[in-house]
Amino acid sequence: MATIETPAGASQTMVLNMGPQHPSTHGVLRIVLELDGEIVISARPHIGYLHTGIEKNCENKTYSQAITLTDRLDYLAPLSNNLCYCLAVERLIGLEIPKRAQYIRVLLTELTRVASHLVWLGTHAIDLGAMTVFLYCFREREEIMRIFELVSGQRMMTSYFRIGGLALEPPPGWLERIARFMDTFPSHVDEYETLLTQNRIWLARTKGVGVLSREDAIALGVSGPTLRGSGVAYDVRKMFPYSSYEEFDFNVPVETAGDCYARYLVRVAEIRESIKIILQAMKIVPAAGPIRTEAPGIVPPSREEMKTSIEGLIYHFKIFTEGFAPPPGEVYQCIESPRGELGFFVASDGSAKPYRVKVRAPSFVNLQAVSKLVEGRLIADVVACIGTTDIVLGEVDR
Amino acid sequence: MDTAESQKDSFIQRLQEWDAQAVAEVIEFRGETTVVVPREHLRRAAEFLVNDRALQFTFLSDITAVDKFPIEPRFELNYHLLSLEYRKRIRLKVRIPGDDPQVQSVTPIWPAANWHEREAFDLMGIRFEGHPDLTRILMPDDWEGYPLRKDYPVEGYR
Repeated sequence: MATIETPAGASQTMVLNMGPQHPSTHGVLRIVLELDGEIVISARPHIGYLHTGIEKNCENKTYSQAITLTDRLDYLAPLSNNLCYCLAVERLIGLEIPKRAQYIRVLLTELTRVASHLVWLGTHAIDLGAMTVFLYCFREREEIMRIFELVSGQRMMTSYFRIGGLALEPPPGWLERIARFMDTFPSHVDEYETLLTQNRIWLARTKGVGVLSREDAIALGVSGPTLRGSGVAYDVRKMFPYSSYEEFDFNVPVETAGDCYARYLVRVAEIRESIKIILQAMKIVPAAGPIRTEAPGIVPPSREEMKTSIEGLIYHFKIFTEGFAPPPGEVYQCIESPRGELGFFVASDGSAKPYRVKVRAPSFVNLQAVSKLVEGRLIADVVACIGTTDIVLGEVDR
Repeated sequence: MDTAESQKDSFIQRLQEWDAQAVAEVIEFRGETTVVVPREHLRRAAEFLVNDRALQFTFLSDITAVDKFPIEPRFELNYHLLSLEYRKRIRLKVRIPGDDPQVQSVTPIWPAANWHEREAFDLMGIRFEGHPDLTRILMPDDWEGYPLRKDYPVEGYR
């Protein structure tokens, strides 16, 4: 029988497989942990369990058809994905979007950010043992889902933003519905904060845990609240404004500690900033006006026009059978999604289908930093560190 | 707009003054600047872009591989860089022949490139010399072929 020799003084390590079916990995993430007792020596994420070839599929659909695929990337923020893809294609063609559509886009993507941060806060809290916050967060998120359903007809896979504007006119009373939600929502955010911000258990589980230095964060390409928790004030909305964000007054919350608590503070502050943007957008969005730009052959004509004019009918038919062909070229468009810098690289060869679509998924890049966060820490902190990077496996694996 | 234009030019100038051979071509499209770098100069150019005080492209956003099949050089790698200091974006483009799809890794310069390069290897079959751990990332380890190549059928091989 063979004997296993351990060098004198050396400790034995154990390999522990965490996931892919683990409640706190937020999907199907698998992490192989090497442990020395309770201390994590190394952590290696294994991804790809949700890989569905979305980028390959986009190459075989027309530009408009590909929008439905973008919903399925980051399924907690489908409207952010819609927006980024549409902006990329619009820039490729050179389309100007009516102001009304731009404001509605801003309003709805900020609501998306709030909904996404609420899911993050709720699941992060339940991972660390705070059940109440989870129930509260999902209560408010449910109301946002209902607003999305009212406006777009879908709770989650909205596909509401289209190339050239919006899919349909928002129904009457939609702004009142949002206003009613906004009346009570800020006080709910206070409610979450009273449960967590000064909570001793919460502080013990998050303060000083998973520290990411400013230099490491930049070197690893981390973006979004994870980067801003490490003291870098990089927000795409401010640095490269899109969709009229330059007209809105809001701050970019930054914390310097770089730990889980700092990222928590940044995200909660971001919810409040989003509320500010939503309230401003509700004031300036015109009650009536075009929701789509005029671009025959690219943007579908209105239902009315399609039914009554022969040009409208022809364009409608051509757009939905053949699609349209942008000029050859390539663009990289990025936006600030709830998770960070979401980018779409779209290359056209002059045909009706995108030649290449590449998604720069913020979760994919942020997940790289997880190994850095957990190494040298207790195994119990792994859950906190995964939760705090706010990954969505749909866009990690694509 | 004028200042942005002149700044853009000064960035390219700076790169050309450093080594004119490292800049094969400059493409402007829809307000984006693309600098085409010959394959052998990539690593040097990357080091210069990060370390030069007047550039400081310390943030690597993304690496995108594009397959131009059947056009040669077949592959294109697009490095999307961001200078947080100067609020500036630039795209580095490297063209790679189809019969020898390899290029120097930039992971030692931008650690963020690690997974991006693994993805390009996994889905496009481009090899990165000097990468610390060049293994498949999205597809299973025993997968055959490179799914994002243009000659790979959408339904896969059956």
